[in-house]
Amino acid sequence: MNIVEPALQSRFGPALDVERIRTDFPILKLEVEGNPLVYFDNAASSQMPQQVIDRLVHYQTAQHANINRGVHYLSETATAEYEGSRGKLQHFLNAREEREIVFTSGTTDSINLVMHGYGRKFIRAGDEIILTTLEHHSNIVPWQMLAEEKGAKIRVVPINDAGELLVDEYEKLFNERTRFVSVMHASNALGTVNPIKQMIAFAHSRGVPVLIDGAQAAPHMEVDVQDLDCDFYAFSGHKLCGPTGIGVLYGKAEFLERMQPFKGGGDMILSVTFEKTVYNSIPHKFEAGTPPIAAAIGLGAAVDYLSAIGLDAIAAHELQLLNYATEQMGDLPGVRIIGTAAIKIAVLSFEVKGVHPHDVGTLLNHEGVAVRTGHHCVQPVMLRLNVPATTRASFAFYNTLAEVDAFIAALRTVQKIFS
Amino acid sequence: MNPKSLYQEVILDHNKKPRNYGTLDNATHHAVGHNPLCGDHLDIALHLEGDRIDQVAFHGESCAICKASASMMTTAVKGRTRADAETLIQEFRDMAVGKLNLDVPHHLGRLTVFAGVRDLPTRVKCAILPWHTLHAALHSVTATSTEAEDDPMHAAIGDA
Repeated sequence: MNIVEPALQSRFGPALDVERIRTDFPILKLEVEGNPLVYFDNAASSQMPQQVIDRLVHYQTAQHANINRGVHYLSETATAEYEGSRGKLQHFLNAREEREIVFTSGTTDSINLVMHGYGRKFIRAGDEIILTTLEHHSNIVPWQMLAEEKGAKIRVVPINDAGELLVDEYEKLFNERTRFVSVMHASNALGTVNPIKQMIAFAHSRGVPVLIDGAQAAPHMEVDVQDLDCDFYAFSGHKLCGPTGIGVLYGKAEFLERMQPFKGGGDMILSVTFEKTVYNSIPHKFEAGTPPIAAAIGLGAAVDYLSAIGLDAIAAHELQLLNYATEQMGDLPGVRIIGTAAIKIAVLSFEVKGVHPHDVGTLLNHEGVAVRTGHHCVQPVMLRLNVPATTRASFAFYNTLAEVDAFIAALRTVQKIFS
Repeated sequence: MNPKSLYQEVILDHNKKPRNYGTLDNATHHAVGHNPLCGDHLDIALHLEGDRIDQVAFHGESCAICKASASMMTTAVKGRTRADAETLIQEFRDMAVGKLNLDVPHHLGRLTVFAGVRDLPTRVKCAILPWHTLHAALHSVTATSTEAEDDPMHAAIGDA
């Protein structure tokens, strides 16, 4: 269980003014099936505050043109805003340099970029790549594709029944053929926060680079890539109050410099002849074609919004929601929580005895409660924990304890219907 | 459509006490249906005497809508001819996607309790899976999927 120590709570400072924050999110005023919307599907995608919506509208209304071409006013404005957003992301992650921030279409795209740009260049037959049982399919399949192409091998870190990585087993997987580690910061299905700093340090002691899939962590806690010392960090905009279709790959400059480009096209070149093309410098080398300019600028506005609230305050509030929901769910007979790691983000996966997750999801929706049901794109986790599927409630800083009460009441209704 | 009424009527009864649940030792036809989007799967076995389905059984792992649909399907097709079963399959599939006009004569009888799934697009596949699987069994296809090419619905369950 995750009961916060009072000392820890005070460290996070004063409580959030959630009611005020909620007024920033127009979608939270919706009613679903005659009930106020309770949006607990934040791990799939978060909602967007008016500040980000306004930023997108302002860009399209007064600033849009293509970037990096043209000397006219709008092109210069759009370029400055797009690159300005890159600077915001640099500060958000505490990267050393702006050029270490590559805009991608999302976490999946970021991981695929590293697979193609780094993996295909440096991984050879017989080499080994370490992943974990917890990984999302998007951090498994690209590496399987690479392993198949190169004749490389995937090694998998096991988990315990609580859904925590067995770090001793992780360390035992290293050998002279280990070339890469790719691991998620926090689990989308179970909530587990992995001890990545320790894992990165161990990999580095063996000279092995590490990619962190931060899709579920970046929206919920302070991420300092210099402190973590990860070589790559990937996340998505739409889980972080930003638009869909935009994400980030942070990479240490020395790694990005050594990587080959993944997509060829305009913007990623310095000069092109049919005899020879000279690639642009990083990060532009990886941003072929016209990028989602509006989405990148919207993401900049989203990290401004989150930073103004404070990631520590967000983390503290979400932990309070998780602890309260965990406690309330403990009082429901026949409900079992899947994923009981000591350190979790605010994700609550569970089973209701005798009721299939899809039936739970459909009936919760009728009460206005939005949750995710299914295998959460982590079939190996489901197989390991021997559950075909779960229902998942995932919280954000704009959720309230009253919404948790509504959710628990709705769950009781589901149980009553099936009793 | 209030999903509670969909659940509360016949479906919950069939979910709790599925009819013809189990396996057949003397099956002449058999198929496994699978919904890769949620991992649900269903095994349907038939014994045909000439052109008539004289025995039918199912088992598997699925949600209440799927299990109840399978249970009611077995009671509907048991003792019927292959042609009757094909008619029911077609009518049920059409009803689930809202293509069947329930005001004109049809053969679905109590199966119309599932008409409401047309308003729950992510659940249509749950109701249809048993019928897909029955169709596959009658045609001696041993494995089918809700993602087959003739699948009338392509609504994804969603992504993390």
